[in-house]
Amino acid sequence: MTAAVEVRETVIHGDRVSLLRVLGPAHVWALGVGIVLVGEFTGWNFAADKGGALAALIVCWVVGLLYTSVAMIDSEVTSTVAAAGGQYAQAKHIVGPLMAFNVALFLVFAYTMLEVSDAILLGDTIVAKAGVEGLTHNSFIAATIVVLAWLNYRGVLMTLNVNFVITAIAYISIVILFFSVSPWTQGAVLKLNELVTPGNALPYGWIGVIAAFQFGIWYYLGIEGTTQAAEEVRSPARSLPYGTMAGMITLLIAAAMTWYVCASMMPWEYLGITYYPLWDAGKLTGSPLLENLLFIATLLAALASANGCINDAARAWFSLGRDRYLPSWFSAVHPRYRTPYRSILFLLPIALAFAFIADLNQAITFSILSGVLQYTFMSINIMMFRKKWPLGSIQRGYTHPFHPLPAIVLFCLCVVTFFAIFLGFGSQLIAMIAFYFLISVWFHFYRYKFVRRGDQFTMPWPKPQGY
Amino acid sequence: MSRYIPPQQNKAGQVFDIAIVVVAIFVALWLPLKLGLAGAAKSIDALDAKTWEALGQNPTMASIWEKLGYTPETAHDIIQNRFHYIIDWPTLIIMAVVLIAYFVFLFRASDREYREVINEKFDDK
Repeated sequence: MTAAVEVRETVIHGDRVSLLRVLGPAHVWALGVGIVLVGEFTGWNFAADKGGALAALIVCWVVGLLYTSVAMIDSEVTSTVAAAGGQYAQAKHIVGPLMAFNVALFLVFAYTMLEVSDAILLGDTIVAKAGVEGLTHNSFIAATIVVLAWLNYRGVLMTLNVNFVITAIAYISIVILFFSVSPWTQGAVLKLNELVTPGNALPYGWIGVIAAFQFGIWYYLGIEGTTQAAEEVRSPARSLPYGTMAGMITLLIAAAMTWYVCASMMPWEYLGITYYPLWDAGKLTGSPLLENLLFIATLLAALASANGCINDAARAWFSLGRDRYLPSWFSAVHPRYRTPYRSILFLLPIALAFAFIADLNQAITFSILSGVLQYTFMSINIMMFRKKWPLGSIQRGYTHPFHPLPAIVLFCLCVVTFFAIFLGFGSQLIAMIAFYFLISVWFHFYRYKFVRRGDQFTMPWPKPQGY
Repeated sequence: MSRYIPPQQNKAGQVFDIAIVVVAIFVALWLPLKLGLAGAAKSIDALDAKTWEALGQNPTMASIWEKLGYTPETAHDIIQNRFHYIIDWPTLIIMAVVLIAYFVFLFRASDREYREVINEKFDDK
Protein backbone atom coordinates (compact mmCIF):
# COMPACT_ATOMS: atom_id res chain seq x y z
CA MET A 1 0.00 0.00 0.00
CA THR A 2 2.82 2.31 0.96
CA ALA A 3 4.69 1.44 -2.20
CA ALA A 4 1.62 2.24 -4.27
CA VAL A 5 1.44 5.70 -2.73
CA GLU A 6 5.13 6.29 -3.23
CA VAL A 7 5.07 5.69 -6.96
CA ARG A 8 2.11 7.99 -7.47
CA GLU A 9 3.84 11.12 -6.25
CA THR A 10 7.01 12.95 -7.08
CA VAL A 11 8.60 15.47 -4.80
CA ILE A 12 10.87 17.94 -6.54
CA HIS A 13 13.34 20.26 -4.84
CA GLY A 14 11.87 19.38 -1.47
CA ASP A 15 8.68 21.27 -2.31
CA ARG A 16 5.24 19.77 -2.08
CA VAL A 17 4.96 20.06 -5.83
CA SER A 18 3.66 16.81 -7.17
CA LEU A 19 2.08 15.59 -10.34
CA LEU A 20 0.41 12.21 -10.34
CA ARG A 21 2.17 9.13 -11.72
CA VAL A 22 -0.83 7.54 -13.37
CA LEU A 23 0.08 7.06 -17.04
CA GLY A 24 1.13 3.97 -18.97
CA PRO A 25 2.70 3.35 -22.42
CA ALA A 26 -0.69 3.67 -24.14
CA HIS A 27 -1.06 7.18 -22.76
CA VAL A 28 2.44 8.06 -23.97
CA TRP A 29 1.48 6.75 -27.41
CA ALA A 30 -1.77 8.72 -27.27
CA LEU A 31 0.06 11.89 -26.29
CA GLY A 32 2.66 11.59 -29.07
CA VAL A 33 0.49 10.26 -31.89
CA GLY A 34 -2.44 12.40 -30.76
CA ILE A 35 -0.39 15.56 -31.23
CA VAL A 36 1.07 14.45 -34.54
CA LEU A 37 -1.69 12.64 -36.40
CA VAL A 38 -3.40 15.87 -37.41
CA GLY A 39 -0.37 16.39 -39.67
CA GLU A 40 -1.70 13.59 -41.89
CA PHE A 41 -5.07 15.32 -42.10
CA THR A 42 -3.53 18.67 -42.98
CA GLY A 43 -0.08 20.21 -43.15
CA TRP A 44 2.03 17.50 -44.84
CA ASN A 45 0.33 18.33 -48.14
CA PHE A 46 1.84 21.83 -48.18
CA ALA A 47 5.08 19.94 -48.94
CA ALA A 48 3.49 19.06 -52.29
CA ASP A 49 2.88 22.76 -52.84
CA LYS A 50 6.56 23.53 -52.27
CA GLY A 51 8.02 20.71 -54.35
CA GLY A 52 5.39 18.53 -56.00
CA ALA A 53 3.82 15.18 -55.12
CA LEU A 54 7.04 13.16 -55.38
CA ALA A 55 8.87 15.69 -53.19
CA ALA A 56 6.17 15.14 -50.55
CA LEU A 57 6.93 11.39 -50.66
CA ILE A 58 10.70 11.87 -50.54
CA VAL A 59 10.46 14.14 -47.51
CA CYS A 60 7.98 11.76 -45.91
CA TRP A 61 10.78 9.18 -45.68
CA VAL A 62 13.75 11.50 -45.19
CA VAL A 63 12.00 13.51 -42.48
CA GLY A 64 10.85 10.15 -41.10
CA LEU A 65 14.56 9.41 -40.67
CA LEU A 66 14.99 12.75 -38.87
CA TYR A 67 12.19 11.90 -36.45
CA THR A 68 13.37 8.34 -35.95
CA SER A 69 16.66 9.92 -34.82
CA VAL A 70 14.68 12.30 -32.59
CA ALA A 71 12.71 9.43 -31.08
CA MET A 72 15.82 7.30 -30.48
CA ILE A 73 17.77 10.16 -28.92
CA ASP A 74 14.80 11.31 -26.91
CA SER A 75 14.10 7.83 -25.61
CA GLU A 76 17.61 7.52 -24.19
CA VAL A 77 17.81 10.93 -22.57
CA THR A 78 14.22 11.14 -21.34
CA SER A 79 14.11 7.67 -19.91
CA THR A 80 17.14 8.77 -17.86
CA VAL A 81 16.06 12.35 -17.08
CA ALA A 82 12.46 11.62 -16.11
CA ALA A 83 11.06 15.02 -15.18
CA ALA A 84 8.21 17.21 -16.40
CA GLY A 85 9.35 19.59 -19.09
CA GLY A 86 10.94 16.86 -21.22
CA GLN A 87 13.71 18.39 -23.30
CA TYR A 88 13.75 21.35 -20.91
CA ALA A 89 14.77 19.09 -18.04
CA GLN A 90 17.35 17.45 -20.32
CA ALA A 91 18.87 20.82 -21.25
CA LYS A 92 19.01 21.90 -17.61
CA HIS A 93 21.02 18.85 -16.60
CA ILE A 94 23.21 18.55 -19.66
CA VAL A 95 23.82 21.99 -21.21
CA GLY A 96 22.86 24.68 -18.71
CA PRO A 97 20.10 26.99 -17.48
CA LEU A 98 20.03 29.43 -20.42
CA MET A 99 19.69 26.59 -22.91
CA ALA A 100 16.95 25.08 -20.75
CA PHE A 101 15.11 28.40 -20.72
CA ASN A 102 15.28 28.56 -24.51
CA VAL A 103 14.24 24.95 -24.97
CA ALA A 104 11.20 25.50 -22.78
CA LEU A 105 10.27 28.49 -24.93
CA PHE A 106 10.75 26.38 -28.09
CA LEU A 107 8.35 23.86 -26.61
CA VAL A 108 5.78 26.42 -25.54
CA PHE A 109 5.86 28.17 -28.94
CA ALA A 110 5.80 24.96 -30.95
CA TYR A 111 2.90 23.48 -29.01
CA THR A 112 0.87 26.65 -28.56
CA MET A 113 1.10 27.47 -32.26
CA LEU A 114 0.27 23.87 -33.13
CA GLU A 115 -2.75 24.14 -30.86
CA VAL A 116 -3.72 27.33 -32.71
CA SER A 117 -3.35 25.54 -36.06
CA ASP A 118 -5.52 22.68 -34.82
CA ALA A 119 -8.25 25.01 -33.64
CA ILE A 120 -8.22 26.91 -36.95
CA LEU A 121 -8.38 23.63 -38.88
CA LEU A 122 -11.27 22.40 -36.77
CA GLY A 123 -13.20 25.65 -37.20
CA ASP A 124 -12.59 25.79 -40.94
CA THR A 125 -13.58 22.15 -41.40
CA ILE A 126 -16.89 22.64 -39.62
CA VAL A 127 -17.61 25.81 -41.61
CA ALA A 128 -16.77 24.04 -44.87
CA LYS A 129 -19.04 21.12 -44.00
CA ALA A 130 -21.92 23.36 -42.87
CA GLY A 131 -21.80 25.43 -46.07
CA VAL A 132 -23.86 28.15 -44.40
CA GLU A 133 -23.31 31.64 -45.74
CA GLY A 134 -21.99 34.04 -43.11
CA LEU A 135 -20.91 31.31 -40.70
CA THR A 136 -17.37 32.00 -39.45
CA HIS A 137 -14.90 29.76 -37.65
CA ASN A 138 -14.40 32.08 -34.66
CA SER A 139 -16.87 30.52 -32.25
CA PHE A 140 -15.63 26.99 -33.04
CA ILE A 141 -12.03 28.04 -32.47
CA ALA A 142 -12.85 29.66 -29.14
CA ALA A 143 -14.95 26.71 -27.99
CA THR A 144 -12.22 24.21 -28.93
CA ILE A 145 -9.47 26.01 -27.05
CA VAL A 146 -11.54 26.75 -23.97
CA VAL A 147 -13.11 23.28 -23.64
CA LEU A 148 -9.79 21.50 -24.10
CA ALA A 149 -8.10 23.81 -21.59
CA TRP A 150 -10.86 22.91 -19.14
CA LEU A 151 -10.31 19.20 -19.80
CA ASN A 152 -6.58 19.63 -19.13
CA TYR A 153 -7.37 21.61 -16.01
CA ARG A 154 -9.45 18.73 -14.68
CA GLY A 155 -6.76 16.07 -14.84
CA VAL A 156 -4.10 14.44 -16.97
CA LEU A 157 -5.51 10.90 -16.86
CA MET A 158 -8.90 11.91 -18.21
CA THR A 159 -7.21 14.16 -20.79
CA LEU A 160 -5.03 11.40 -22.17
CA ASN A 161 -7.76 8.74 -21.97
CA VAL A 162 -9.84 10.98 -24.21
CA ASN A 163 -6.80 11.45 -26.46
CA PHE A 164 -6.26 7.71 -26.75
CA VAL A 165 -9.82 7.08 -27.91
CA ILE A 166 -10.10 9.92 -30.42
CA THR A 167 -6.59 9.35 -31.79
CA ALA A 168 -7.36 5.67 -32.32
CA ILE A 169 -10.59 6.50 -34.18
CA ALA A 170 -8.80 9.03 -36.40
CA TYR A 171 -6.01 6.55 -37.13
CA ILE A 172 -8.43 3.73 -37.95
CA SER A 173 -10.23 6.05 -40.38
CA ILE A 174 -6.99 6.37 -42.41
CA VAL A 175 -6.64 2.58 -42.47
CA ILE A 176 -10.29 2.18 -43.53
CA LEU A 177 -9.87 4.76 -46.31
CA PHE A 178 -6.68 3.04 -47.49
CA PHE A 179 -8.28 -0.38 -47.82
CA SER A 180 -11.53 1.03 -49.23
CA VAL A 181 -9.82 2.40 -52.33
CA SER A 182 -8.28 -0.94 -53.33
CA PRO A 183 -4.65 0.14 -52.93
CA TRP A 184 -3.46 -3.00 -54.71
CA THR A 185 -5.29 -1.98 -57.91
CA GLN A 186 -4.35 1.12 -59.85
CA GLY A 187 -6.83 2.57 -62.33
CA ALA A 188 -10.12 1.91 -60.54
CA VAL A 189 -10.10 4.53 -57.78
CA LEU A 190 -6.42 5.34 -57.48
CA LYS A 191 -4.69 6.81 -60.52
CA LEU A 192 -1.17 7.51 -59.41
CA ASN A 193 0.41 7.05 -62.84
CA GLU A 194 -1.87 9.62 -64.39
CA LEU A 195 -1.55 12.17 -61.59
CA VAL A 196 2.15 11.90 -60.79
CA THR A 197 3.82 11.87 -64.18
CA PRO A 198 7.47 12.29 -65.15
CA GLY A 199 6.56 15.82 -66.23
CA ASN A 200 5.05 17.00 -62.95
CA ALA A 201 6.53 14.75 -60.27
CA LEU A 202 9.18 17.32 -59.34
CA PRO A 203 7.92 20.59 -60.85
CA TYR A 204 10.68 22.66 -59.21
CA GLY A 205 13.43 20.05 -59.48
CA TRP A 206 15.54 19.10 -56.46
CA ILE A 207 15.40 22.55 -54.89
CA GLY A 208 11.67 21.92 -54.53
CA VAL A 209 12.47 18.72 -52.63
CA ILE A 210 14.65 20.69 -50.22
CA ALA A 211 11.97 23.38 -49.88
CA ALA A 212 9.43 20.65 -49.12
CA PHE A 213 11.32 19.76 -45.93
CA GLN A 214 9.63 22.69 -44.24
CA PHE A 215 6.20 21.09 -44.36
CA GLY A 216 7.45 17.50 -44.51
CA ILE A 217 8.14 18.06 -40.83
CA TRP A 218 4.38 18.15 -40.37
CA TYR A 219 4.11 14.40 -40.96
CA TYR A 220 5.64 13.87 -37.51
CA LEU A 221 5.97 17.21 -35.68
CA GLY A 222 5.30 16.79 -31.99
CA ILE A 223 6.20 13.10 -31.41
CA GLU A 224 8.92 14.35 -29.08
CA GLY A 225 6.08 15.65 -26.88
CA THR A 226 5.87 12.21 -25.27
CA THR A 227 8.69 13.32 -23.00
CA GLN A 228 6.48 15.88 -21.34
CA ALA A 229 4.72 13.02 -19.56
CA ALA A 230 7.98 11.85 -17.99
CA GLU A 231 6.96 12.87 -14.50
CA GLU A 232 3.47 11.44 -14.78
CA VAL A 233 4.15 7.94 -16.14
CA ARG A 234 4.31 5.01 -13.77
CA SER A 235 7.52 3.61 -15.28
CA PRO A 236 9.47 6.19 -17.32
CA ALA A 237 12.28 3.79 -18.26
CA ARG A 238 9.79 1.42 -19.91
CA SER A 239 6.85 3.56 -20.96
CA LEU A 240 8.68 6.44 -22.62
CA PRO A 241 10.86 4.50 -25.09
CA TYR A 242 8.06 2.02 -25.79
CA GLY A 243 5.36 4.68 -26.27
CA THR A 244 7.60 6.96 -28.33
CA MET A 245 8.99 4.30 -30.66
CA ALA A 246 5.58 2.65 -31.11
CA GLY A 247 4.19 6.09 -31.91
CA MET A 248 6.89 6.69 -34.50
CA ILE A 249 6.21 3.36 -36.22
CA THR A 250 2.48 4.10 -36.23
CA LEU A 251 3.08 7.49 -37.81
CA LEU A 252 5.45 6.20 -40.50
CA ILE A 253 2.75 3.76 -41.60
CA ALA A 254 0.03 6.44 -41.51
CA ALA A 255 2.20 8.91 -43.44
CA ALA A 256 2.93 6.39 -46.22
CA MET A 257 -0.75 5.40 -46.53
CA THR A 258 -1.85 9.03 -46.55
CA TRP A 259 0.58 10.04 -49.29
CA TYR A 260 -0.28 7.02 -51.45
CA VAL A 261 -4.04 7.59 -51.29
CA CYS A 262 -3.96 11.38 -51.65
CA ALA A 263 -1.32 11.54 -54.42
CA SER A 264 -3.31 8.88 -56.29
CA MET A 265 -6.55 10.84 -56.08
CA MET A 266 -5.71 14.56 -56.45
CA PRO A 267 -3.52 16.68 -58.75
CA TRP A 268 -0.49 17.97 -56.85
CA GLU A 269 -1.51 21.61 -57.30
CA TYR A 270 -4.80 20.99 -55.49
CA LEU A 271 -3.13 18.75 -52.92
CA GLY A 272 -0.77 21.63 -52.16
CA ILE A 273 -3.49 24.10 -51.25
CA THR A 274 -6.29 22.10 -49.65
CA TYR A 275 -6.73 22.20 -45.88
CA TYR A 276 -8.37 18.75 -45.82
CA PRO A 277 -6.53 16.28 -48.10
CA LEU A 278 -7.90 13.17 -46.41
CA TRP A 279 -11.43 14.50 -46.20
CA ASP A 280 -11.18 15.46 -49.88
CA ALA A 281 -9.98 11.93 -50.65
CA GLY A 282 -13.02 10.60 -48.81
CA LYS A 283 -15.27 12.86 -50.90
CA LEU A 284 -13.63 11.77 -54.15
CA THR A 285 -14.37 8.11 -53.46
CA GLY A 286 -18.04 9.01 -53.95
CA SER A 287 -18.97 7.17 -50.74
CA PRO A 288 -20.96 9.33 -48.26
CA LEU A 289 -19.89 6.95 -45.51
CA LEU A 290 -16.19 7.50 -46.20
CA GLU A 291 -16.71 11.22 -46.68
CA ASN A 292 -18.40 11.56 -43.30
CA LEU A 293 -15.92 9.26 -41.60
CA LEU A 294 -12.99 11.34 -42.81
CA PHE A 295 -14.77 14.57 -41.89
CA ILE A 296 -15.25 13.33 -38.32
CA ALA A 297 -11.70 11.95 -38.22
CA THR A 298 -10.30 15.34 -39.30
CA LEU A 299 -12.11 16.97 -36.39
CA LEU A 300 -10.99 14.28 -33.93
CA ALA A 301 -7.37 14.49 -35.09
CA ALA A 302 -7.41 18.27 -34.62
CA LEU A 303 -8.99 17.87 -31.18
CA ALA A 304 -6.48 15.21 -30.08
CA SER A 305 -3.58 17.34 -31.24
CA ALA A 306 -4.80 20.52 -29.56
CA ASN A 307 -5.48 18.55 -26.41
CA GLY A 308 -1.95 17.12 -26.30
CA CYS A 309 -0.46 20.51 -27.11
CA ILE A 310 -2.19 22.19 -24.17
CA ASN A 311 -0.90 19.39 -21.96
CA ASP A 312 2.69 19.75 -23.17
CA ALA A 313 2.92 23.54 -23.35
CA ALA A 314 1.56 23.79 -19.80
CA ARG A 315 4.17 21.29 -18.50
CA ALA A 316 7.00 23.26 -20.09
CA TRP A 317 5.70 26.56 -18.68
CA PHE A 318 5.11 24.95 -15.27
CA SER A 319 8.70 23.71 -15.21
CA LEU A 320 10.01 27.21 -15.90
CA GLY A 321 8.09 28.51 -12.91
CA ARG A 322 9.15 25.66 -10.66
CA ASP A 323 12.81 26.36 -11.31
CA ARG A 324 12.28 30.15 -10.93
CA TYR A 325 13.30 30.81 -14.53
CA LEU A 326 9.97 32.59 -14.57
CA PRO A 327 8.02 33.74 -11.50
CA SER A 328 7.35 30.74 -9.28
CA TRP A 329 3.64 31.60 -9.30
CA PHE A 330 3.36 29.42 -12.42
CA SER A 331 4.54 26.33 -10.56
CA ALA A 332 1.34 25.86 -8.60
CA VAL A 333 -0.32 22.44 -8.82
CA HIS A 334 -4.08 22.24 -8.40
CA PRO A 335 -4.78 20.82 -4.92
CA ARG A 336 -7.54 18.55 -6.18
CA TYR A 337 -6.84 17.78 -9.84
CA ARG A 338 -3.03 17.80 -9.48
CA THR A 339 -2.53 19.67 -12.73
CA PRO A 340 -0.36 22.74 -13.46
CA TYR A 341 -3.53 24.79 -13.64
CA ARG A 342 -2.04 28.28 -13.59
CA SER A 343 0.18 27.46 -16.56
CA ILE A 344 -2.81 25.99 -18.41
CA LEU A 345 -4.88 29.11 -17.75
CA PHE A 346 -2.04 31.53 -18.54
CA LEU A 347 -1.44 30.07 -22.00
CA LEU A 348 -5.17 29.99 -22.81
CA PRO A 349 -5.58 33.68 -23.82
CA ILE A 350 -2.30 33.60 -25.78
CA ALA A 351 -3.57 30.69 -27.86
CA LEU A 352 -6.93 32.40 -28.34
CA ALA A 353 -5.31 35.65 -29.45
CA PHE A 354 -3.13 34.00 -32.09
CA ALA A 355 -5.95 31.80 -33.30
CA PHE A 356 -7.70 35.00 -34.33
CA ILE A 357 -4.76 36.93 -35.80
CA ALA A 358 -2.77 34.22 -37.62
CA ASP A 359 -3.89 32.02 -40.49
CA LEU A 360 -3.29 28.29 -40.67
CA ASN A 361 -0.19 28.45 -42.86
CA GLN A 362 1.48 31.04 -40.64
CA ALA A 363 0.62 29.28 -37.40
CA ILE A 364 2.09 26.05 -38.80
CA THR A 365 5.28 27.90 -39.77
CA PHE A 366 5.66 29.42 -36.30
CA SER A 367 5.36 25.95 -34.84
CA ILE A 368 7.82 24.42 -37.31
CA LEU A 369 10.45 27.11 -36.63
CA SER A 370 10.46 26.43 -32.92
CA GLY A 371 10.43 22.69 -33.54
CA VAL A 372 13.51 22.77 -35.78
CA LEU A 373 15.42 24.92 -33.28
CA GLN A 374 14.66 22.30 -30.69
CA TYR A 375 15.77 19.39 -32.87
CA THR A 376 19.04 21.19 -33.53
CA PHE A 377 19.54 21.43 -29.78
CA MET A 378 18.72 17.73 -29.38
CA SER A 379 21.42 16.64 -31.81
CA ILE A 380 24.08 18.51 -29.82
CA ASN A 381 22.52 17.60 -26.47
CA ILE A 382 22.93 13.84 -26.96
CA MET A 383 26.59 14.29 -27.89
CA MET A 384 27.17 16.26 -24.69
CA PHE A 385 25.18 13.72 -22.66
CA ARG A 386 27.32 10.81 -23.85
CA LYS A 387 30.49 12.84 -23.29
CA LYS A 388 29.64 14.00 -19.77
CA TRP A 389 28.21 10.63 -18.68
CA PRO A 390 29.63 7.88 -20.91
CA LEU A 391 27.89 4.51 -21.13
CA GLY A 392 28.28 2.66 -17.85
CA SER A 393 28.71 5.79 -15.72
CA ILE A 394 24.97 6.15 -14.94
CA GLN A 395 21.95 3.90 -15.25
CA ARG A 396 20.05 4.54 -18.49
CA GLY A 397 16.45 3.52 -19.11
CA TYR A 398 17.28 2.91 -22.76
CA THR A 399 20.45 3.18 -24.85
CA HIS A 400 19.99 4.18 -28.46
CA PRO A 401 22.12 2.31 -31.02
CA PHE A 402 24.59 3.58 -33.64
CA HIS A 403 25.64 6.69 -31.68
CA PRO A 404 26.69 9.26 -32.93
CA LEU A 405 25.11 8.52 -36.33
CA PRO A 406 21.52 9.50 -35.36
CA ALA A 407 22.80 12.77 -33.89
CA ILE A 408 24.80 13.60 -37.03
CA VAL A 409 21.85 12.70 -39.29
CA LEU A 410 19.54 14.82 -37.17
CA PHE A 411 21.89 17.80 -37.23
CA CYS A 412 22.38 17.62 -41.02
CA LEU A 413 18.64 17.34 -41.63
CA CYS A 414 18.02 20.33 -39.36
CA VAL A 415 20.48 22.40 -41.44
CA VAL A 416 18.63 21.36 -44.61
CA THR A 417 15.32 22.28 -42.99
CA PHE A 418 16.61 25.72 -41.98
CA PHE A 419 17.53 26.23 -45.64
CA ALA A 420 14.05 25.03 -46.64
CA ILE A 421 12.47 27.56 -44.28
CA PHE A 422 14.72 30.25 -45.76
CA LEU A 423 13.25 29.47 -49.20
CA GLY A 424 9.96 31.12 -48.31
CA PHE A 425 10.01 32.24 -44.71
CA GLY A 426 13.58 33.56 -44.23
CA SER A 427 12.57 36.94 -42.82
CA GLN A 428 10.25 35.28 -40.36
CA LEU A 429 13.01 32.96 -39.20
CA ILE A 430 15.34 35.90 -38.58
CA ALA A 431 12.58 37.70 -36.63
CA MET A 432 12.03 34.63 -34.45
CA ILE A 433 15.75 34.20 -33.78
CA ALA A 434 15.98 37.89 -32.88
CA PHE A 435 13.25 37.28 -30.30
CA TYR A 436 14.98 34.25 -28.84
CA PHE A 437 18.30 36.11 -28.73
CA LEU A 438 16.85 39.16 -26.95
CA ILE A 439 14.90 37.12 -24.42
CA SER A 440 18.06 35.07 -23.80
CA VAL A 441 20.00 38.25 -23.04
CA TRP A 442 17.21 39.25 -20.65
CA PHE A 443 17.40 35.87 -18.92
CA HIS A 444 21.18 35.64 -18.69
CA PHE A 445 21.83 39.16 -17.45
CA TYR A 446 18.71 39.75 -15.34
CA ARG A 447 16.33 36.89 -14.66
CA TYR A 448 18.96 34.27 -13.82
CA LYS A 449 19.81 36.09 -10.57
CA PHE A 450 16.56 34.72 -9.07
CA VAL A 451 17.56 31.11 -9.79
CA ARG A 452 18.96 28.86 -7.06
CA ARG A 453 22.09 27.49 -8.70
CA GLY A 454 22.69 24.09 -7.14
CA ASP A 455 18.98 23.24 -7.07
CA GLN A 456 18.96 23.05 -10.86
CA PHE A 457 20.66 19.69 -10.78
CA THR A 458 18.20 17.16 -9.36
CA MET A 459 19.37 13.87 -10.87
CA PRO A 460 21.28 11.40 -8.66
CA TRP A 461 24.23 11.32 -11.05
CA PRO A 462 27.95 11.72 -10.44
CA LYS A 463 29.72 14.93 -11.37
CA PRO A 464 29.86 15.28 -15.17
CA GLN A 465 33.19 14.52 -16.80
CA GLY A 466 35.20 17.64 -17.60
CA TYR A 467 33.71 19.77 -14.77
CA MET B 1 32.07 27.28 -2.63
CA SER B 2 29.46 29.35 -0.80
CA ARG B 3 25.86 28.68 -1.69
CA TYR B 4 24.29 31.41 -3.82
CA ILE B 5 21.21 32.91 -2.17
CA PRO B 6 18.97 34.50 -4.79
CA PRO B 7 17.16 37.73 -3.94
CA GLN B 8 13.48 37.51 -3.10
CA GLN B 9 11.36 38.91 -5.88
CA ASN B 10 8.38 40.96 -4.78
CA LYS B 11 4.95 40.62 -6.38
CA ALA B 12 5.34 43.73 -8.50
CA GLY B 13 8.60 42.37 -9.91
CA GLN B 14 6.97 39.04 -10.71
CA VAL B 15 4.10 40.74 -12.50
CA PHE B 16 6.56 42.92 -14.41
CA ASP B 17 8.56 39.89 -15.52
CA ILE B 18 5.43 38.08 -16.66
CA ALA B 19 4.43 41.19 -18.60
CA ILE B 20 7.83 41.34 -20.31
CA VAL B 21 7.57 37.71 -21.43
CA VAL B 22 4.01 38.14 -22.69
CA VAL B 23 4.88 41.30 -24.61
CA ALA B 24 7.96 39.62 -26.08
CA ILE B 25 5.90 36.64 -27.22
CA PHE B 26 3.28 38.83 -28.84
CA VAL B 27 5.87 41.02 -30.55
CA ALA B 28 7.78 38.00 -31.86
CA LEU B 29 4.68 36.37 -33.28
CA TRP B 30 2.59 39.36 -34.21
CA LEU B 31 5.21 41.69 -35.65
CA PRO B 32 6.18 39.46 -38.61
CA LEU B 33 2.49 39.22 -39.48
CA LYS B 34 2.02 42.97 -39.19
CA LEU B 35 5.13 43.75 -41.24
CA GLY B 36 4.18 41.25 -43.91
CA LEU B 37 7.28 39.16 -43.20
CA ALA B 38 5.23 36.01 -42.75
CA GLY B 39 4.11 34.00 -45.71
CA ALA B 40 5.56 32.29 -48.70
CA ALA B 41 7.02 34.00 -51.77
CA LYS B 42 4.54 32.85 -54.43
CA SER B 43 3.22 34.64 -57.48
CA ILE B 44 0.80 33.79 -60.26
CA ASP B 45 2.24 33.09 -63.71
CA ALA B 46 -0.89 34.13 -65.61
CA LEU B 47 -1.94 32.35 -68.81
CA ASP B 48 -4.12 33.85 -71.54
CA ALA B 49 -5.64 30.56 -72.65
CA LYS B 50 -7.50 29.12 -69.68
CA THR B 51 -8.03 25.52 -70.72
CA TRP B 52 -7.14 22.29 -68.97
CA GLU B 53 -4.57 21.57 -71.70
CA ALA B 54 -2.94 25.00 -71.37
CA LEU B 55 -2.83 24.49 -67.60
CA GLY B 56 -0.95 21.22 -68.11
CA GLN B 57 -3.79 19.01 -66.89
CA ASN B 58 -4.45 15.65 -68.56
CA PRO B 59 -8.01 14.27 -68.82
CA THR B 60 -7.76 12.41 -65.48
CA MET B 61 -6.57 15.54 -63.67
CA ALA B 62 -9.24 17.65 -65.38
CA SER B 63 -11.97 15.22 -64.33
CA ILE B 64 -10.83 15.40 -60.71
CA TRP B 65 -10.71 19.21 -60.75
CA GLU B 66 -14.26 19.16 -62.07
CA LYS B 67 -15.34 16.67 -59.38
CA LEU B 68 -13.94 19.12 -56.84
CA GLY B 69 -16.06 21.89 -58.38
CA TYR B 70 -13.43 23.76 -60.41
CA THR B 71 -13.40 25.02 -64.00
CA PRO B 72 -10.23 25.98 -65.90
CA GLU B 73 -10.98 29.61 -65.02
CA THR B 74 -11.34 29.02 -61.28
CA ALA B 75 -8.44 26.56 -61.14
CA HIS B 76 -6.10 28.89 -63.06
CA ASP B 77 -4.91 30.89 -60.06
CA ILE B 78 -4.29 27.74 -58.02
CA ILE B 79 -2.34 25.93 -60.72
CA GLN B 80 -0.34 28.93 -61.87
CA ASN B 81 0.45 30.23 -58.38
CA ARG B 82 4.08 29.12 -58.18
CA PHE B 83 7.12 29.48 -55.99
CA HIS B 84 10.12 31.15 -57.58
CA TYR B 85 13.08 29.74 -55.76
CA ILE B 86 15.76 32.38 -56.09
CA ILE B 87 18.50 32.24 -53.49
CA ASP B 88 18.97 35.71 -52.06
CA TRP B 89 22.56 35.27 -50.88
CA PRO B 90 22.81 38.35 -48.59
CA THR B 91 19.64 37.26 -46.75
CA LEU B 92 20.87 33.67 -46.58
CA ILE B 93 24.21 34.79 -45.14
CA ILE B 94 22.47 37.04 -42.61
CA MET B 95 20.21 34.17 -41.59
CA ALA B 96 23.17 31.80 -41.21
CA VAL B 97 25.18 34.34 -39.19
CA VAL B 98 22.20 35.14 -36.94
CA LEU B 99 21.53 31.44 -36.32
CA ILE B 100 25.15 30.56 -35.62
CA ALA B 101 25.64 33.63 -33.36
CA TYR B 102 22.50 32.72 -31.46
CA PHE B 103 23.60 29.13 -30.84
CA VAL B 104 27.16 30.17 -29.94
CA PHE B 105 25.82 32.67 -27.39
CA LEU B 106 23.42 30.06 -26.03
CA PHE B 107 26.06 27.39 -25.50
CA ARG B 108 28.74 29.73 -24.14
CA ALA B 109 26.46 31.53 -21.68
CA SER B 110 24.81 28.24 -20.70
CA ASP B 111 28.21 26.71 -19.99
CA ARG B 112 29.13 29.57 -17.65
CA GLU B 113 25.86 29.12 -15.77
CA TYR B 114 26.22 25.33 -15.80
CA ARG B 115 29.64 25.52 -14.14
CA GLU B 116 28.07 27.51 -11.29
CA VAL B 117 25.38 24.87 -10.92
CA ILE B 118 27.88 21.99 -10.92
CA ASN B 119 30.28 23.77 -8.55
CA GLU B 120 27.53 24.41 -6.04
CA LYS B 121 25.90 21.00 -6.41
CA PHE B 122 29.12 19.00 -6.12
CA ASP B 123 30.99 21.43 -3.88
CA ASP B 124 31.48 19.06 -0.97
CA LYS B 125 31.67 15.79 -2.90
